[in-house]
Amino acid sequence: MNSLVGIGVSPGVAVGKACRIAQITSVGPIPATPRKVFDSLNLVVADLERAAKTVELDIVRDVLGVQAMMASDPALIEAIGARLSQDIEYKDVRPDIIDSFRGFKTALSALGGYFAERIVDLDDILSQLLNKLAGTEHQLINLAEPSIVIADELTPSDTAHINLNYALALVVAKGGPTSHAAIVARGLGIPAIVGCKRALEIEDGSVLLVDGRQGKIYIDPKATEVESAQLREEALRARAAAVVGPGRLKDGSHITLLANVSDVNGAIEAAAAGADGIGLLRTELLFIDSTSEPTVEDQVATYKKIFDLMQGRRVIVRTLDAGSDKQIPYLNSSKEQNPALGIRGWRLTRTHDAVLERQLEAISKAAEGISLELWVMAPMVSTPAEANDFATRARALGIKKVGVMIETPAAAIHAEKVLLEVDFGSIGTNDLAQYVMASDRMDSRLSDLATTWNPAVLRTIQIACESANKLNKTNGVCGEAASDPYLAAVLLGLGVTSLSMVPSAIAEVREFLSTLDLATCVEVATLALNADSAQEAESLVKENLQR
Amino acid sequence: MPSQTVVVGSKVGLHARPASLLVKASSGSGLSVTVGKPGEKAVNAASLLSVLALGIQNGDTVQITVSDGASADALLAQLIEIVATDQDE
Repeated sequence: MNSLVGIGVSPGVAVGKACRIAQITSVGPIPATPRKVFDSLNLVVADLERAAKTVELDIVRDVLGVQAMMASDPALIEAIGARLSQDIEYKDVRPDIIDSFRGFKTALSALGGYFAERIVDLDDILSQLLNKLAGTEHQLINLAEPSIVIADELTPSDTAHINLNYALALVVAKGGPTSHAAIVARGLGIPAIVGCKRALEIEDGSVLLVDGRQGKIYIDPKATEVESAQLREEALRARAAAVVGPGRLKDGSHITLLANVSDVNGAIEAAAAGADGIGLLRTELLFIDSTSEPTVEDQVATYKKIFDLMQGRRVIVRTLDAGSDKQIPYLNSSKEQNPALGIRGWRLTRTHDAVLERQLEAISKAAEGISLELWVMAPMVSTPAEANDFATRARALGIKKVGVMIETPAAAIHAEKVLLEVDFGSIGTNDLAQYVMASDRMDSRLSDLATTWNPAVLRTIQIACESANKLNKTNGVCGEAASDPYLAAVLLGLGVTSLSMVPSAIAEVREFLSTLDLATCVEVATLALNADSAQEAESLVKENLQR
Repeated sequence: MPSQTVVVGSKVGLHARPASLLVKASSGSGLSVTVGKPGEKAVNAASLLSVLALGIQNGDTVQITVSDGASADALLAQLIEIVATDQDE
């Protein structure tokens, strides 16, 4: 056995001795009086409060503070008191105590999302209380030297009991990417591997090489293995100083990086790529995949799956964009002379108004009970009146952030009036380029015309950005343009504040942006705006932004 | 008993920091405070678990009621402020 695998949740390479954290869980009956139970609970609270004061890492301190509040919660004390109501020594208090916690766990579980995440804390308190009563509480673990911590599971109270300054890496048998161990490791900036089922086979004191990016642990690694892992990590770090974390420019200013997603798999990829959320959730698939309009219930179920994956993040849902290149037989029945200029996007309200009403209802319903920033936008809007119609109807259904796609020249040129009706705009570069250049984007013979690099397209984007910034409205880009690192830089220079792209492009764009400051972006945007053609704009920008 | 409704400003709802702040302010006040959706069952605002179990989301309206006492109005104003603010900003 030379190597083990798990899920790498915090990148980095560490070499050091394994230190196994022995975790004792009390077993067998626990005889106790109610008084002893409450005394023990008080001791748990005192432990947590003390630990919260001494621990250095903010995230652990916050968790411990919350746990201390939970352990001293009047409702919890009442629940225990109701089950242990007699002033006698009970033969075994364990089942009653577990029962007392269960009601709260069930309630939080039913709420899902952020609320359900607190169940871990209740379990942690429960095990501390039982251990305290049984006299098996775990000791403060003092890592005598820098070590790689090996554990079955790391709870907040475990991490509070470990001198984390000496932790070189964390290897945990249980847990996933959002487990406490993962969060702590990322907070400490040390590599971590979770879900490594065979972690406990590692012998205490053996020398390990942990590669948190690859999720691999080498036992007694060869010098060459260590060297190559370290070199690879250094090269990656040098290249991508900011591969993880939110998008930032070199000057530190924050750039929201979002993902374009069409289905549940896309949402999973988006989360894995570290996107700040979904900047364009296309909703056509569900309609294209069926022979008639999907029911509100079907829609709710699909949207909910995606929303669940994006908890705590922003999700911008685009209402159905049927028509033009996305024909849906039961909706786009009449033959059109110019489908791209015909009934598509929000214009579908002219022929199938109820379909969009039901979709808005489904989107609003699906987001109920999920902690996320729900934004909804309508495609193919060209007048303030259309924007107003959409905004009024979406808001009436309780949707708080409403916006429009800016993909018609009219919406861009008249953005000052159009955006006044809504909360945000999102530039669809593919269609905007097609409409500004009057060039079918599906016709490869016109590909030199139908590109965002065209100075006329860039100027149109700039006009929209100027209006958005004047009105203080968020204005992002959700077209393919955002996934080209060079164009992304130009877009930021034009005044765009968020970029949404295919999930796989995020890492590269994030890395490239981290090497630029806003002044450079403005500079290259000016170069591109003043070019004579798309080709000249592209080569000027690329020359000036040598990667 | 002073009582007032307020729209929850926190993005994550009454969870994490906003909930903790509400509970701390309520439990340290010496007065009895309840919180809940208007017209529904209100819970003890000094109990974090009970407040969390309400599952209050961003934008929900909640009603806060404080028992009569010398500083009841000032406490209510403080609690309304906590709930209305987005503490995570």
